Amino acid sequence: MASIILDKVGKIYAGGTRAVGDVSIDIRDGEFIVLVGPSGCGKSTLLRMVAGLESISEGTVRIGDRVVNDIEPADRDIAMVFQNYALYPHMSVRQNLAYGLKNRGTPRADIDRRVADAAAILQIGPYLDRKPRALSGGQRQRVAMGRAIVREPAAFLFDEPLSNLDAKLRVTMRLEIKDLQRRLRTTSIYVTHDQLEAMTLADRLVVLNGGRIEQIGTPLDVYRRPASTFVAGFIGSPAMNLIPSRAVPNLPGTAHAGIVGIRPEDLAVDPSGPIALDVIAVEELGAQRLVHGRTNGEMLTVTMPAGDAVPDRLQLACRPGATHLFHAETGQRID
Amino acid sequence: MIENRPGLNLLAHLTLMLGVAIVALPVWVAFVASTHTATDFMSGTIPLWPGPYLVENYARMLDAGVSTSGTPPVGTMMLNSLVMALLIACGKIAISITSAFAIVYFRFPLRNLAFWCIFITLMLPVEVRIVPTFQVVADLGLLDSYAGLSIPLIASATATFLFRQVFLTIPDELTEAARIDGAGPMKFFRDILLPLSRTNIAALFVILFIYGWNQYLWPLLITTSSDYYTIVAGIKRMADAVDGLPQWHLVMATAMLAMLPPVAVVIGMQRLFVKGLVETEK
Repeated sequence: MASIILDKVGKIYAGGTRAVGDVSIDIRDGEFIVLVGPSGCGKSTLLRMVAGLESISEGTVRIGDRVVNDIEPADRDIAMVFQNYALYPHMSVRQNLAYGLKNRGTPRADIDRRVADAAAILQIGPYLDRKPRALSGGQRQRVAMGRAIVREPAAFLFDEPLSNLDAKLRVTMRLEIKDLQRRLRTTSIYVTHDQLEAMTLADRLVVLNGGRIEQIGTPLDVYRRPASTFVAGFIGSPAMNLIPSRAVPNLPGTAHAGIVGIRPEDLAVDPSGPIALDVIAVEELGAQRLVHGRTNGEMLTVTMPAGDAVPDRLQLACRPGATHLFHAETGQRID
Repeated sequence: MIENRPGLNLLAHLTLMLGVAIVALPVWVAFVASTHTATDFMSGTIPLWPGPYLVENYARMLDAGVSTSGTPPVGTMMLNSLVMALLIACGKIAISITSAFAIVYFRFPLRNLAFWCIFITLMLPVEVRIVPTFQVVADLGLLDSYAGLSIPLIASATATFLFRQVFLTIPDELTEAARIDGAGPMKFFRDILLPLSRTNIAALFVILFIYGWNQYLWPLLITTSSDYYTIVAGIKRMADAVDGLPQWHLVMATAMLAMLPPVAVVIGMQRLFVKGLVETEK
């Protein structure tokens, strides 16, 4: 159990390329932090710096009350879950779980007890004597988490642990991870590119772009008040409409902003509404439908309840107070 | 083959049988020769069926050898060959797996240069460097010793390269997981790399054992005492009869005996051998 404090952390590779810059995050004890961003945004690099698998070029990382910049991964009191599980293929599940403990000289009886506990928590007891190759993807994922749990570390680090699983299993495992973390109350950093995973798991989200932090906040804060056009477009599905304010001249209170953001679900059909939409395409999602169209030449997406046929032209109104205003050049939020 | 026509099957089988016959015929003739007396082969017609002297010929070779050619009993030579082949195979594997480990997992200056230097030695087999190597071994006083027989042949670029390729297929995450699990480099080598390369080690052992067993020129050159004659070089010495006809039945019996250990190794390790060459998933 420990807090993790990143202070102006940066990573510059040997070639001079900067992967991460000026990242400061204050992670509280027991908190579940999700680093989210598109591929290449530096989220994995950041996690690997906390793990000690990448050297830290700038700034300091503290785990608990120690600066760990120059401490070996094994001595940082962390456990990591990898995307491809990284189970030792020649060892049984039991040996996989016990390996880290054995290397640390944990007494035999203690190892047995901890492995049994972890197996019970993750329901992998029946597979303890199998080799990883004889397990399904979900079971391997559980073993990988088990390997982290038995260590009883100060922090869990997850590097896209669910991206190798199929969609259905991903949802189940997502819930299990959340539940597990809630029970163990171990500080966790979780990296993903999936904004839905990020929203559902996180106590707080850290949205990264180009190696820098765009926004830190609870999922709902980030969703309700995205700090920039990048966050606005990244968090939420379907993505927020981001259009120049001149395209929606009749929308009240937006004239001074460069870019207006409106979530598709905040728009509704209203014959007297200020926005006229020429419908281009309709995507049926079952319970609802996405209507794509143009207004004054700008693409706009609207969420509508499923039902009658969609006419070629719609008048739309925006839910009061649901607009987000951003600066035209910097993309920063201005309201 | 996706097609399944009887005619094609027959043709395939005939081709294979012909191939087997071509390979097996000389071995058969050697076996037949080893079961006759010396005169049977000098009479003009080569017998194609085993004669009655099998036990006698083999017993004589194992027990006493051919005194006229100055070779010791086959048993001694087989033992020498076995020691040499095992030293070479195990030595090569031990040295090349550790050098591959160094090259793949450690970032040291001139790492690539080191790798290419090892690789370039492929161009320098014993036959090319035999005179200077002989000089070195002689100066070190290693003539007529197991060390002299094996050490000059132990360095192996091929095996180093093979292990390098094997290590490169092991995912980085596994290395990182081991690091987080607190395994130092040597522990990682012992607990992860060695077990994962088990099948490759077996495959290589088979190849290198046969390579060592079949060494001919080098043992011929550096052994002068009959205590250190190896079987392959010994056969040559037996066939060189100085005053009289070569005793082909005894030479062939020795050749048959010399074939047995490599065959045993191949058969014994067949499963691992194939797995080691075919398996790619780690």
